[in-house]
Amino acid sequence: MLSIQIRKQFATNGAAPFVLDVNASFAPGFTVLFGPSGAGKSTLLDCIAGLQKPDSGEIHLDEEVFFDASRRVFLTPQRRAIAYVFQSLALFPHLSVEHNIRYGLARLSVAEQRRRVEAIAAAFHIANLLQRFPVEVSGGEKQRVALARALVTQPRVLLLDEPLTGLDASLRRAILEDLHGWSAAKRIPILYVTHNREEVDAIGEHVLTLANGRVQESGAPRAVLDAPRSVELAQAAGFENVLRAKVLEHRPADGVMRVSLENAVCEIEIPLGEAEPGSEVRVAIRGGDILLATEAPHFLSARNILPGTIESIETRGVLVAVRVQAGASFLVHVTPGAVRSLELASGQLIWLVIKTHSCHLVR
Amino acid sequence: MNADPLLLSLRLSATVSLLLQVMALPLAYALAFTRWRGKFLLESVIALPLVLPPTVLGFYSLLAMGPRGPLGKLWQALFGHPLAFTFAGLIVASLVYSLPFAVQPVVASFESLDRRLLDASAVLGAGRMRTFFRVILPLAWPGVLTALVLSFAHTLGEFGVVLMVGGNLPGITRTVSIDIYDRVQSLDYAGAQQTALLLLLICFVVLSTVYGVNRRVWSPWPAR
Repeated sequence: MLSIQIRKQFATNGAAPFVLDVNASFAPGFTVLFGPSGAGKSTLLDCIAGLQKPDSGEIHLDEEVFFDASRRVFLTPQRRAIAYVFQSLALFPHLSVEHNIRYGLARLSVAEQRRRVEAIAAAFHIANLLQRFPVEVSGGEKQRVALARALVTQPRVLLLDEPLTGLDASLRRAILEDLHGWSAAKRIPILYVTHNREEVDAIGEHVLTLANGRVQESGAPRAVLDAPRSVELAQAAGFENVLRAKVLEHRPADGVMRVSLENAVCEIEIPLGEAEPGSEVRVAIRGGDILLATEAPHFLSARNILPGTIESIETRGVLVAVRVQAGASFLVHVTPGAVRSLELASGQLIWLVIKTHSCHLVR
Repeated sequence: MNADPLLLSLRLSATVSLLLQVMALPLAYALAFTRWRGKFLLESVIALPLVLPPTVLGFYSLLAMGPRGPLGKLWQALFGHPLAFTFAGLIVASLVYSLPFAVQPVVASFESLDRRLLDASAVLGAGRMRTFFRVILPLAWPGVLTALVLSFAHTLGEFGVVLMVGGNLPGITRTVSIDIYDRVQSLDYAGAQQTALLLLLICFVVLSTVYGVNRRVWSPWPAR
């Protein structure tokens, strides 16, 4: 168990100082650190690795003290036996793949180094790359090399800072499977930073959300990320619509409450939450959770049907972002096929259909 | 043409540029990788020879190396003979004179290294020495080569400092630039021409080698 209770303040130019203030424990197995950029995720990993020194607090791994401000204990990175895969990977460009992997094994005999390199290279499918240099291998292979270099040292904690960014989904899944296999055998705490929702679901044991240097929530990925409770997290978790709202009334019998959006021009129903009537809240809705209808829909279970006008239509790869003004401004994600069959165009009258449970109350 | 002054200059330049590398690496490390309050003072001191007239530098070197100067007294006590107007004296003065040319390119190349590589080295268990020799130095070698060649070329071309602390003793302190000056003074234009042309060619070859290897040679102190 890795226990952390640290605080570190950073001076910023003019603005209020950024404060990292984290109190958390990490059991063996995967924990996903999720949060918007600038939330302090990499800084937290740097503190755990000993690359940055917190102002106060403690870091323990089981009985061993890595850092204790009150007792003036600070173990250097060299003495923590932690493996860290950086976002940039930081492979040594002047060393071959084999020497990159061997770099952390300097204390072992050459025979033992060879044995371990061979074993890890086989496990991560890079045995054929050992004599190449980092510039000579592909992006996915680089990521495998970086993981192998980190894991070959048999670390007691593994820190992964977005190690799979930029890879396509199938490659990412394959590497994650290798990692899962490795994790099942070793049972050490693995902290995995990402802001990719798919990766969270693929790793999926436990997620800890970080925003503005503080832990927001912790739990199973679905529970934490499908109903984010802060605006920053809602945005990071892919909620395109975060709208200001005012609670109008509670309807406990139906399990809902009515809120007015933005400047009170439209009203919707959202699940009953911890907000008194009259209070100002925010409502987060995914762009993909909103339906569009070209005629006023009838006989639907969805409780929120709002008329509006299409402001703009923008194609983004395989999805189309439709901006609709319906009192409040909504971003709706549809497929190119839907745009064609509904013959959507700017200025057109349109109805938005939103299920009550697609609306999430955030702070 | 008398080859002695040229050979003397080459010997001086080679000795100085090699000694300077030994001094420059730890200095550059301190400037690039550590943070402390008085760092700008060290930067200024190292850069001073860039802006000081060589005669000023030579004058203070002469005072320090003279029989009543601290360096001169120390030298006399250690080796039993004076330091001023000797080859060793020339070396000492040239070390100061060419120091910025040895330090600045190395600092620039150290600072352009990806810090995450150093972090990776530390996390993988390597101490500072191992990180320096296995990661920093191999990746910063263009800067080190630039420093070596620039300090060599700069020492080869020095005049004012040599004149002040070395005088003009054939075979001991009579460097190629002094030799050219002497020949012009005595109206031996043909002799001056030969030596000057040779020096011009050497300097051109040296500099084109550096520029060919590394484009950012004359970088000032990098912004932080």
